[in-house]
Amino acid sequence: MARVVVDVMLKPEILDPQGQAVQRALPRLGFEGIADVRQGKRFELEVEGPVDDAALARINELAETFLANTVIEDFVVRVEEEK
Amino acid sequence: MTARIGVVTFPGTLDDQDSLRAVRIAGAEPVSLWHRDKDLHQVDAVVLAGGFSYGDYLRAGAISRFSPVMETVIEQAKAGMPVLGICNGFQILTEAHLLPGAMLRNNHLHFICRDQRLKVENAGTAWTSDYTEGQEISVPLKNVDGRYTADERTLDELEAEGRVAFRYLDVNPNGSLRDIAGITNAAGNVVGLMPHPEHAVEPLIGTGRTDGLGFFTSIIKKLVNA
Repeated sequence: MARVVVDVMLKPEILDPQGQAVQRALPRLGFEGIADVRQGKRFELEVEGPVDDAALARINELAETFLANTVIEDFVVRVEEEK
Repeated sequence: MTARIGVVTFPGTLDDQDSLRAVRIAGAEPVSLWHRDKDLHQVDAVVLAGGFSYGDYLRAGAISRFSPVMETVIEQAKAGMPVLGICNGFQILTEAHLLPGAMLRNNHLHFICRDQRLKVENAGTAWTSDYTEGQEISVPLKNVDGRYTADERTLDELEAEGRVAFRYLDVNPNGSLRDIAGITNAAGNVVGLMPHPEHAVEPLIGTGRTDGLGFFTSIIKKLVNA
């Protein structure tokens, strides 16, 4: 089994009110100096079999068609660990 | 001929009964459609109703878009069948790429529920012909993921082609770009909007007005005259 991580983030130009709400709460908690916060999603896929080029291509397709909406989101796929 | 108008129920759909009722009150035959059934049972048009299909998991409308019924809806919509997406239905239509853009969390992050005034910008679609261009109507609005977004080029294209079907009046309730409340595809058979016309078809309930009935009478006229 290998773990493949897909990180999905709103595109930089898209307003992220959730991230802003988190950022605004930081001074109240005593955290200073955080200029901006953006909130995203992380998917961890436990993949059976080898994560070869073909498997990665399929995961990329999965990320592009389903995990991320590429109208508003960017995504990054990476293999985290091979066991 | 009585027009047969289908309303799809996904797990988490809330407004299917109101939509079926609106279809009936307008004078068509309402047909319940089930999300796992690819068959549209000879309906002439489809309504994707409001609610929280699949709990809005992943993104609003993202999982429903891959349900069996949507395979047929997408295919038929591309072939010209009229489809109306209300609220969650609108989100499903954007996720299915039948309408451009995407829907995001409201800019203020709150669930909002209010009577919303709208301006009818396009009275030439399959679902809006009983309105007049520039007409102002009031229907209920309730959503948390209602911020319509698209890139500038898409927005310019929508405006230039008259495909912004409805715009918010008085208040922009969710931060939608260019006050867009609803849009249509180029052919005018697929329409999506965030507010809920199906909740304003009887004087006794909702806004106390029947401003939403025009969607359903429009489509019936189109189908009967087709």
